[in-house]
Order: sequence, then C-alpha cells, then structure tokens
Amino acid sequence: MPESNRGFSAYFRRDLLLAYRRRGEVASPIIFFVMVATLIPLGITPEADSLKELAPGTIWVMALLATLLSAEGLFVSDYKDGSLEQLLISPNMLVMPIFGKVTAHWITTGLPLTLASPLIGLMLSLPSVAYLPMMAGLALGTGCLSFLAAIGAALTVSLQKGSLLLTLIVMPLYMPIIIFGSAVMQYSIDGMAWSGPLAILGAMLAVAIALCPLAIAAVLRLITIN
Amino acid sequence: MNWTWFYRMGSPLWFYQSTSRWLPLLSLVTLVLLVAGLAWGLGFAPEDAKQGNSFRIIYLHVPASFLALAGYFLMATAGAIGLIWKMKLSYIVMKCAAPIGAALTFLALFTGAVWGKPTWGSYWVWDARITSMLILLFLYFGVLALQYAFHNQEAGNKASAVLALVGTVNIPIIYKSVDWWFTLHQPSTIKLTSAPSMHPDMFQPLLVMILAFYFFYALALILAVRVEILKRESKTTWVRELVEQASRQKMGAK
Amino acid sequence: MNFQFQDLSEMLLMGGHGVYVWAAVLVSLGTLIWLVVSPTLQHKQTLKEIGLNLTREELRSQSGNKDI
Repeated sequence: MPESNRGFSAYFRRDLLLAYRRRGEVASPIIFFVMVATLIPLGITPEADSLKELAPGTIWVMALLATLLSAEGLFVSDYKDGSLEQLLISPNMLVMPIFGKVTAHWITTGLPLTLASPLIGLMLSLPSVAYLPMMAGLALGTGCLSFLAAIGAALTVSLQKGSLLLTLIVMPLYMPIIIFGSAVMQYSIDGMAWSGPLAILGAMLAVAIALCPLAIAAVLRLITIN
Repeated sequence: MNWTWFYRMGSPLWFYQSTSRWLPLLSLVTLVLLVAGLAWGLGFAPEDAKQGNSFRIIYLHVPASFLALAGYFLMATAGAIGLIWKMKLSYIVMKCAAPIGAALTFLALFTGAVWGKPTWGSYWVWDARITSMLILLFLYFGVLALQYAFHNQEAGNKASAVLALVGTVNIPIIYKSVDWWFTLHQPSTIKLTSAPSMHPDMFQPLLVMILAFYFFYALALILAVRVEILKRESKTTWVRELVEQASRQKMGAK
Repeated sequence: MNFQFQDLSEMLLMGGHGVYVWAAVLVSLGTLIWLVVSPTLQHKQTLKEIGLNLTREELRSQSGNKDI
C-alpha cells in the first residue's frame, strides 16, 4: 500500500473508532436535526400545503447547522492531546490524514443526516417525488459542508471559545451549497429535471475535495507551529 | 531581476516616510473629486425618466459597491503576500483594509436599501446584487472576528489571511449562485443599475464618483496603515526620532 | 450641462425623493468622514503616547528611580 494511502486509512479508521466510542456525542447532531424539524410545524403551521413549501429550505438550513455543531471537535481534541503536533512534525504528507479525518467526519454526520432526512421529509409532508433528490443532494452537499467546516475548525483550533466564531466564518461560505441543495428539491417538486443543480453540487464537492485538505494542512501548519 | 524595490516597499519606515510626502496631495485630489462628482451627480446630471430623482443615489451606491468588492480582493492579496513573503507591512495593510471594506459594504447596503424604497416600495428586496453584498459583509465580519479572536498577533494575521483567501475563491461561486438563485425566483423586474444603457450625461459623473471613491479608499487605507505602523514600531529608533522631532516642533511653536 | 433644479429648496425636495437621496448622501458622507477622521485622531493619540513613554523612560534613566 502506498504511503499516502496508509495516512488516509489510518486516520479515517482512528476517527471512526473514536466516534464509535463516543456514540452519544455523535448522535446529538442527528437528534438536533429531528428536533428542529418538530419546531417548524409548531412555530409556523401544521398545514401540509405550507409545510411542503418550507420543507426544502428548512431541511437544508438544519443540515447546515447540524454539521456546524459537530465540526468544532474535528481538530480540537487532537490539538489538546498533542497528536496533531505529532502529525504536523512527522515527515509524511499532511493532506491524506486530513482527508481521512474529514471523510470520517462526513461518515459520522453527513451520512446519518442523509439517512435520517426521509423521516423529516415525512414530518414536513414532503411530496414523495422529492425524497430521492433530497437524499442525493444531501449526500453530496453535506460532503461540501464537512470540508468547508473543517477549514473553519482548523482556523479556530487554538482558540478557547471557537465554536461561535467557527459558525460565523463558515456560514457565508455555505450559501452556494444551500442554494443548489434546496434547488434540487424544489426542481423535483415542481416536476423539472433536477440533475442540473445536483451536478453542480457534485462539482462543488469535487473542488472541495481537491482544495480544502490543502488549505486545512496549510492552516494547521501556520497556526499551531509558531 | 532586481527585487530590492519590492522589499523596500515592504519596509514600514519607507512606507511611512513616502506617504508623509504624498498625503496632502492625495487628500486634496480626493476632496476635489468627491465634491465635484457629488455636485455633478446631485445637481447637474439629468433625472431618470422612470425613477426620477431617486436615481441620483446611484452616484454613491455603485462606487461604494465597487470598492467594497475591490477592497476584499486587495485585503486577500495583501494577506497572500504576507503569507508568501512574510512581509510585515502586508499584514498591516490586510488588517486595516478589513474595517474600511466592511464600512463601504455597509454603505452599499444602506444606499441600496434607501434607493429601494422609492423604486420598489420597500427597503429590503432579495435582489441578487443586494444579497451578494450582504454575504460580502458577512465575509468581512468573519475576517474581522477571526483577527480579533487571536491574542497572538502573528497567528491572527495568518489565520485571517487564509480566511480572506478562502473567501476570495468563494466570491465568484457565491455571486454566480446568488445570480442563478435570483433568476429562479424573479421577485422584481426593475434592475437598480443598468450601466450600458445609461446616457453619457448620467454616466460621466458616475465615473468621476468611482474614481473619487478609489482615491478615498487609498487615502483611508494609508491613514489607517500609518497608525498601525506607529503602534507596532513604537520601540524603534526612527519612531522615537519622529516623536522627538514632533515635540520639538510643538515647543518651537509655543 | 445645466443645473437641474429651479433653486436650492427644490434641490432639497428632489421631487419628493429628497428624503431618500439626502439620507443616502448624509450617511455616506458621515461614514467617509469617520473613516478619515478616526485614524487621524488615533495618529495624534499614538504619537502623544509614545512621547509620554519616551519622557518617562528618560526621567527613569536620569534619576535611577524605577517607580515613575
């Protein structure tokens, strides 16, 4: 196995194992996702027609918040126990371990969110045609969200109260994803071909995979080693 | 190639001294351009056939929007230069450009809102241009907040430089997607600005105002950078000499 | 190029749009002036502070007293 691949799989497996040991913590974004979905009908209206209108936007805003909630811990514990420093001074490539960590983050937040989304679609009386596009869009979109949130997590890793700041700096970067993500659902509800916006989400994910690990590696090197 | 000019430009001392020489002229040019452009735009440009006199807000709205965006790119470029060449001055420029850019973005939003009331009948419309401006303001806030969150200035500089660069990569994507989103929803038909179809009598004062805002931006940035240089270099000999000279002049005046 | 208004009071009214136009102008000018005035004041303040520090250091080195 080439060196770079080992870096990826080692950190990918390690972070998944850590997440498995803290199952409660990992579950909280999903619970948050479902709970907010309950608040929408209570706060606005239980009427199916209005809920249907609101569903695409609501689901995407909630997915965005849920990934942000969990992103803070992406590098903080490694930073505190010194393993991040070990990683930084090791001669191996930094990009692959980071890629592994972010992918593990997506597996533990984005993927469960995607799988839980039909439940929320049900609660918000989403038309049945929109379920598949919703899940496809969320699967690609939450990947982008994870990579962007990881940049924010790296930038704020050394700060005491980074979580609010993380939200503040990452949120504007999320706008395109939310636009195209909810458009995928809206298109399918309106009976139009929804592959266009979905393809754009995929393109954004490809760019994020290519560029974000590089940016994160640069940030971690710049900020943690002074 | 001889790069000494480049490194000399990065020296705070060189920047401070050469701007001392140019500041009076720059202030004068800025003032003349601003006054002339405003008077021309507010008093002499013909009124718009559809929008009437409310159209005159264009002479503030468009230049402010221009500089808000250009200011973000300047800030990110300065940050990139700081990251690559580790130049002290470029981080100072980046830090000082953030609040000025945020102020101009606010100005663009405010003038847009005030213009929207007589044109669309409401202060806020989710127009593509205005929404993009709002997101730009959020991007500025992020850079500012990150800068101030770090106690270690060095780390804060680097972090906000990277964030500014990430924002720069994202700005075209954000603008394009907001544009696309806007065409999807099409809430209003009147566009605020339609430059190509503008009559020359209306367009010329706008050009003057845009130029005036560029000069103003340079002036405000230079003033802010000079303060920051003084603060950071307060222990060096040249600043001490400068202060001593200033106090001696004051004594002489008395 | 002609002056578009009969007199200044008409320019102030701007055919009913005066409130909007002049509000935009006032806020813009206010912001622009603040962006120039605040660094100018800070510049003076900083020079003064550095001067005070210098005199303090001089006094300290002259008298050998560290408490000043």
